[in-house]
Amino acid sequence: MSATIHILLADDDPDDREFFAEAIQGIDVPHKLTMFEDGQALMDYLSNIDLDIPHILFLDLNMPCKSGFDCLDDIRLSPKLKNLSVAIYSTSSSERDVEQAFVGGANIYLKKPSDFHHLKKMVADVVKMNWQYHNSGLSRENFLYSIQ
Amino acid sequence: MKFYIKFDGIAACKVIVREHMDRLGVKYEMLSLGEIIITSKVSDEVFKQLQEDLARYSIEIVSNPKNQLIQRIKDTIVELVHEPDLPLTTLSVYLSEKLNLSYGYISNVFSEYTYSSIENYFIIQKIERAKKMIIEEELTLTEISYKLNYSSVAHLSGQFKKTTGITPSMFKRIIERRRLSAHNSRTE
Repeated sequence: MSATIHILLADDDPDDREFFAEAIQGIDVPHKLTMFEDGQALMDYLSNIDLDIPHILFLDLNMPCKSGFDCLDDIRLSPKLKNLSVAIYSTSSSERDVEQAFVGGANIYLKKPSDFHHLKKMVADVVKMNWQYHNSGLSRENFLYSIQ
Repeated sequence: MKFYIKFDGIAACKVIVREHMDRLGVKYEMLSLGEIIITSKVSDEVFKQLQEDLARYSIEIVSNPKNQLIQRIKDTIVELVHEPDLPLTTLSVYLSEKLNLSYGYISNVFSEYTYSSIENYFIIQKIERAKKMIIEEELTLTEISYKLNYSSVAHLSGQFKKTTGITPSMFKRIIERRRLSAHNSRTE
């Protein structure tokens, strides 16, 4: 029932990537992490996989070349990625941005926290909530989770 | 033409399983809560075929005892949450009576394997049911809160916000806007 979960992160800021990788190490769910430096690299990777679709993607909104919203659009148009949960990982917490991300097909909205402990807890909460959706037959269309 | 569907996942699942078992000529008895006993001899190939057929509907055959227990706990909670009116007994009494096991044992096994406490899982399921009822638009939020045994609409809204991070009205707005944009992109 609890196989390793595969987590993706797309973020152009190297410091943020490093923080995230460190935070994710602390969670007690077996996992592996794959990171991308921009949206194009992420989409190249996603278009080339067939089986073993990753479980959850943490997606930064402001990236050069291909923005997070562009990636989200492409992901939601791809039937094979319908079970990939998308967590928008952003510095904004305005209700307008949160709502826009959800309408665009995101499942989770996560405001980048300023301190490490907070990040660790948020990432653990998100991964665990996502696990429930993957393993309990809950409707993914109704999966909306905002955490700040 | 555009319409919404209303469905009972448990009933649908039972029909699917029955049809596939019948088609493969498997003799079985269906007990409550997704528990099935196969009464005829079944070859490995047929069993594998059944597993593959059901996987297409995201139905998984669980045969490891610990996983079986967890599945029964989850099914019992889902059934409880889908009762027309939630019984007033506490969750712990309900589960231990239905499963005939001590609540301490049930709750330990559950948290050990699912990264969630039973209480938390129960709340998630109740909020999921609330989401479905909000989308169906047949009941007001006040009526939904009584149906799910919340003492008030404020209590439901509070737990909804705590579990999902958004309010029930924002949830409703988002789902409506998603439907609208899906509709627009189809008619473009």
